[in-house]
Amino acid sequence: MKITQGKINELLNEKACEHNHHKDGQKKNKSCTQQAQPGAAQGGCAFDGASIALVPVTDVAHLVHGPIACSGNSWGSRGSLSSGPSLYKMGFTTDLGENDVIFGGEKKLYKAIVDVQNRYQPAAVFVYSTCVTALIGDDLDAVCQAASQKIGIPVIPVNSPGFVGSKNLGNRIGGESLLEYVVGTEEPEYTTPYDINLIGEYNIAGEMWGVLPLFEKLGIRVLAKITGDARYKEICTAHRAKLNVMICSKALINMGRKMEEKYGIPFIEESFYGVDDMNRCLRNIAAKIGDADLQKRTEQLIADETEKLNEALAPYRARLQGKRVVLYTGGVKSWSIISAAKDLGMEVVATSTKKSTEEDKAKIKELLGKDGIMLEKGNAAELLRVIEKTKADMLIAGGRNQYTALKAKIPFLDINQERHHPYAGYEGMVEMARELDEALHSPIWEQVRQLAPWD
Amino acid sequence: MATVLNPKKPVAVNPLKQSQPLGAALAFLGLKGMMPLFHGSQGCTAFAKVMLVRHFREAIPLSTTAMTEVTTILGGEDNVQTAILTLLEKAKPEIIGLCTTGLTETRGDDMEGILKEIKKRHESINNLPLVFVSTPDFKGALQDGFAAAVEAIVQEIPQKSETQKDQVTILVSSAFAPGDVEEIKEIVSAFGLKAIAIPDLSQSLDGHLTDGDFSAVTTGGTSVAELKTVGASAFTLAIGESMRGAAEILQQRFGTQYQVFPRLTGLKVVDDFLVKLSQLSGQPVPQKYRRQRGQLQDAMLDTHFYFGRKKVSLGLEPDLLYSTSCFLQEMGAEIQAAVTTTQSPLLAEIPVESVTIGDLEDLENLAVGSDLLITNSQGKRVSKTLGIPLYRQGLPIYDRLGNGHFSSVGYNGTKEVLFRIGNILLEEEETKHQH
Repeated sequence: MKITQGKINELLNEKACEHNHHKDGQKKNKSCTQQAQPGAAQGGCAFDGASIALVPVTDVAHLVHGPIACSGNSWGSRGSLSSGPSLYKMGFTTDLGENDVIFGGEKKLYKAIVDVQNRYQPAAVFVYSTCVTALIGDDLDAVCQAASQKIGIPVIPVNSPGFVGSKNLGNRIGGESLLEYVVGTEEPEYTTPYDINLIGEYNIAGEMWGVLPLFEKLGIRVLAKITGDARYKEICTAHRAKLNVMICSKALINMGRKMEEKYGIPFIEESFYGVDDMNRCLRNIAAKIGDADLQKRTEQLIADETEKLNEALAPYRARLQGKRVVLYTGGVKSWSIISAAKDLGMEVVATSTKKSTEEDKAKIKELLGKDGIMLEKGNAAELLRVIEKTKADMLIAGGRNQYTALKAKIPFLDINQERHHPYAGYEGMVEMARELDEALHSPIWEQVRQLAPWD
Repeated sequence: MATVLNPKKPVAVNPLKQSQPLGAALAFLGLKGMMPLFHGSQGCTAFAKVMLVRHFREAIPLSTTAMTEVTTILGGEDNVQTAILTLLEKAKPEIIGLCTTGLTETRGDDMEGILKEIKKRHESINNLPLVFVSTPDFKGALQDGFAAAVEAIVQEIPQKSETQKDQVTILVSSAFAPGDVEEIKEIVSAFGLKAIAIPDLSQSLDGHLTDGDFSAVTTGGTSVAELKTVGASAFTLAIGESMRGAAEILQQRFGTQYQVFPRLTGLKVVDDFLVKLSQLSGQPVPQKYRRQRGQLQDAMLDTHFYFGRKKVSLGLEPDLLYSTSCFLQEMGAEIQAAVTTTQSPLLAEIPVESVTIGDLEDLENLAVGSDLLITNSQGKRVSKTLGIPLYRQGLPIYDRLGNGHFSSVGYNGTKEVLFRIGNILLEEEETKHQH
């Protein structure tokens, strides 16, 4: 697959993504096509995004074709967990030197792929291009094809040079590679009417494991996990699922839409965070693929789980009641975390809406109430101002803002992909309540805010 | 004398090496009011930032020119200019450290020309102290980028002025943590000398709370005003071999004599350092160091049982590899394997048969049968596979607290390292006896 400007535009203007279209189909939202601002940009690049989307596939070797920075500064640091193989945690890179840059890196890449196969026997090799190898014109697709013929396993090109765009675009590029080279290349051993794929769930801190048992109880089979704790083979068979459930929906939405076009698999966009969303997710799946019986069993499960959850949450609700929170995170997570926080009796006084769609924003507005602040833009300084203004008790945000909050002596909860605690599903809700309680009520706050006796 | 092996593998597996710009950024972060700026794609900055944040558990100022495919082809002048103007407006830095990356070096942006042009166009940029350093990702490693940045700093900022005979410049390489810099400065000051450390990570990445408002740039470190007076120093103490180049630049520019201390962990090397300080200052060695020296010797007596004939395998950058290997050998341990990231004249001096420029896969192959592994926290996997305990050194260390505070230099620091490593070896021995 060549990444041409046309391809990039197609991914940026993904039809199914509400970022690009208002409901009436008139105006366009610029958030995806916006270019990174020199001196102000904060996020990762397309290569980072492609890695986030694909590295969770556990039994393949992820080989980065570029100079040391791309792999050397990042390998092994992603929070996605595996129930088996650990090959995905290893860092493979061609580590290009000056000579390779001058004379081209194709031969080195070919040898690298063969070498990796010989020594580590992966189920497949995913090869990521980077800015430098794109700039010197290495033909990634041709090398991957030649190497694949030689070693007899799939070698998947991922054309993800960082400079083509943001992390978000990189996610979609990762999705394109799966669509073009992986999905539909093998048949499952058997199928059931209750086969679904989970798309865009990366099993951060193992949180998918809190949700899978719910599907099992209902007799819903997850055919392919794309890509948290996935094996290569299961993604090959994803085209036989009856329904695609998009979790972090905007990231891999292109997969949902294209699999609908190509294989006639409908997709729904769901979230595992918070009771309401988890309930809705199960109901929607049951409604899409199920019969009356499945729907009945789903209602029963929801009732049981909700009852258990209410019992488990009761002590935390008492301690969290009325606490004020500023939330700083992207897209879908914004409103689903707001609803989770409200469910615990907490009040979200401000939230970011930077990556949210118009639809997200409307939902957020409804949840926040009239005094809630919606932060369109923001940096660390702005965030601290809002916390002060709203007299918030804590900040819930991504790891990048952790030290912004801590230095200001403000309790903090990490909500993004580097975190160490699973928050998905009913179990995750209890975990989140426990973490919130711990963060807010730690005995250290009083001490670190205490002035020295002589001041 | 060690032979240096540089096997040309087509693929690096579990890299030990990090990139030059990351090293340059780390050096720049030891200056006050600093905003490092990578001229590259936004990911170059994001990856470096995440690694430093996780290692130091601190907010890390680091920005990007956000090059795209199109701007790469057209040239990066506009992006460099916009980035600097944006930073001046929003982050209000006192100084900017600009590094290139693999992307812009491959493209071949004429940085000198670009900087000249934009300085001509914008007075605000012309008035801003700005240090530029070329750090292609496809050459060298973190230690090289760090050294290159220090060289660029001492080339650019210090000005000629009358020599102050009690002022010394301390150049500190990437092998030394903020806690080390703190200890070195304290030792030098104890002789009545005024020490200017470049870079001074002990004031910026040490982990401290300030009373002031939020700052987008470093809140501590060597200030521009201090840097300017470096030309007045009577002597340069270069700590770590990779600081030799910067010391030579100061000698050329200001005639400042220098001495390189490749390491400050171990009894003898600290002795030599104190003798030199005593000479420079005309002061006797302060009482407290005489006492610390006795404590260190006592610690050596207590711990040597556990170090004797232990086989140690290390994966570290050259300066740190040399320091730790020599120190371990002085304690009676044997170096079984040494893996490093980049060339250095020190490699030949390491007390081991051969030093491999390689990755953690090489370390895993060479370390079989060792009693102890020493490398960054990415070595956890090697440690697990081989069943050998790991002492964490270098960067990154994700799974230990206090990376910004711990010191392993001076008599005190050496003693601390002895206890830390000694405890690992002791525990290992006890576990073995129980079986």
